[in-house]
Amino acid sequence: MTTLTGPTTAHTLAALIGYHLRGTLKNRFAIVFGAVQPFLYLVLFGPLFDRSGVGSWAVLVPGLLVQLGLMSAGMVGFTIVFDQRFGVLERLRVTPASRVALLLGRVFKDGLVLLVQAVVIIAAGFFLGLRAPLPGVLLGLLLMVVLSVGMASLSYAAALTIKQELFAPVMSTVAIPLMLLSGALLPMSLAPAWLDVVSRLTPFRYAVEALRALFAGAYASPDVLWGVLVTSAFVVIAVAMGTRIFQRENS
Amino acid sequence: MIHARGLTKTFGDVEAVRGIDLDVSAGEIVGLLGPNGAGKTTTMRMLTTLLRPTSGTAAVAGCDLLADPADVRRHIGYVAQGGMIGPFSPVGEELELQARLYGMRRTEAGERVTRLLAELDLSGVERRIAASLSGGQKRRLDIAMGLLHRPDLLFLDEPTTGLDPQSRADLWERVRRRREQDGLTVFLTTHYLEEADALCDRVLIVDHGRIVASGTPRELKSAYGAATLDDVFLSVTGREPREGAAA
Ligand SMILES: Nc1ncnc2c1ncn2[C@@H]1O[C@H](COP(=O)(O)OP(=O)(O)OP(=O)(O)O)[C@@H](O)[C@H]1O
Ligand SMILES: [Mg+2]
Repeated sequence: MTTLTGPTTAHTLAALIGYHLRGTLKNRFAIVFGAVQPFLYLVLFGPLFDRSGVGSWAVLVPGLLVQLGLMSAGMVGFTIVFDQRFGVLERLRVTPASRVALLLGRVFKDGLVLLVQAVVIIAAGFFLGLRAPLPGVLLGLLLMVVLSVGMASLSYAAALTIKQELFAPVMSTVAIPLMLLSGALLPMSLAPAWLDVVSRLTPFRYAVEALRALFAGAYASPDVLWGVLVTSAFVVIAVAMGTRIFQRENS
Repeated sequence: MIHARGLTKTFGDVEAVRGIDLDVSAGEIVGLLGPNGAGKTTTMRMLTTLLRPTSGTAAVAGCDLLADPADVRRHIGYVAQGGMIGPFSPVGEELELQARLYGMRRTEAGERVTRLLAELDLSGVERRIAASLSGGQKRRLDIAMGLLHRPDLLFLDEPTTGLDPQSRADLWERVRRRREQDGLTVFLTTHYLEEADALCDRVLIVDHGRIVASGTPRELKSAYGAATLDDVFLSVTGREPREGAAA
């Protein structure tokens, strides 16, 4: 199979990302809607959080970004069910495009959409009083997009594996506890010991803490290192699993 | 072009295909006939790399199906029984993506799409969405997808179901011309046996996952003392061929 660096794969990926992006842009409502939940948290919960003494906007906003990545990317699998039903997926699978490109074309598109949504959240945050250094914000966005790409891969894998009517309930049953355990809403430093331990067993906690450190300008902190390590491992495993499902459909 | 030995496919406890051997030479048009549920689509999906056979081996377009599926894909085109176009994106975008996945540059893809649509009497549909096309237009579009990259071997799963007699005749005319001009090999299924009789160099009749008769239409008719392939089909499978045509 072609490698990721081959010119044909780049050409294939560009074509697929463009195609999926055009499909998504046709439904601007969905793009706006995807960012509504974190936006509401920002506007209606943010002012309370800011005055609660727990932390400032620079603590809340990174959490909301991870929440966005987890919840929005977690649901993207929905779209592939339609492609499967209308034969689009089979059509793509008989082309020479590599299986990993078929997956990456989708998840990179999702990453781009989430990036735009995240920028809107951050801009709104600045308006409300968020202060964070630009390099920290940019690095944080990058980490958040990587996390979303992993989550989106798992979402497609799940959508192709489990029964269609179970997809939404299963994904929210999995994503909501993971989101709560990540400390995205309130920092896990407030947690009782048992909850703290459970939280450390979930991957997204490390992303949340790394994002907070980046927004605080602490680029060389252990939190950032752990966040990058855990998130990288997560994305590699998730993309590998997604690709395997695209292949296994083949069997 | 196709050499398959002992292909089988089991879904749970359904034995959809129970040991199919077949050989198709370059430039041949071969029809796979059989009642509903006989295993035609399953056979096609195995030969097009979409399904892994439970057992058996095959070489398709000179490449090993199991060891080298990517190379098989480069040489084949496939038109699925159920269609292959999403309902809500502009048809031109779907076709352009398809062309680019076979390595065409954007401008080349655009030109190719325009030319092919004109050839299939579909000029001007590029900006329309598939949901707004008639059933027959949609089917012709599926066929355009399969031909876009000029494959050596084309798999057509019930290509003419839903087409009016004129479009069916046009399609067969086009398939024949491709064969004469580019040496295209075609492996197709159909429930319209008079079509198979007129178009196919050879037909294979499958039933319950096995090939139960094969030969040129003329050979089959004389072997069974039948006037038409329909009669051959009836005596081999015990069923009327047209039962499936409505599906
Ligand atoms: N994905 C699948 N899972 C389970 N069973 C399947 C699957 N695909 C096909 N089958 C079964 O395998 C058998 C053969 O199906 P297939 O689609 O190959 O028939 P066919 O000859 O193409 O029929 P038709 O003329 O109706 O298109 C049927 O019994 C069908 O129910
Ligand atoms: Mg079929």
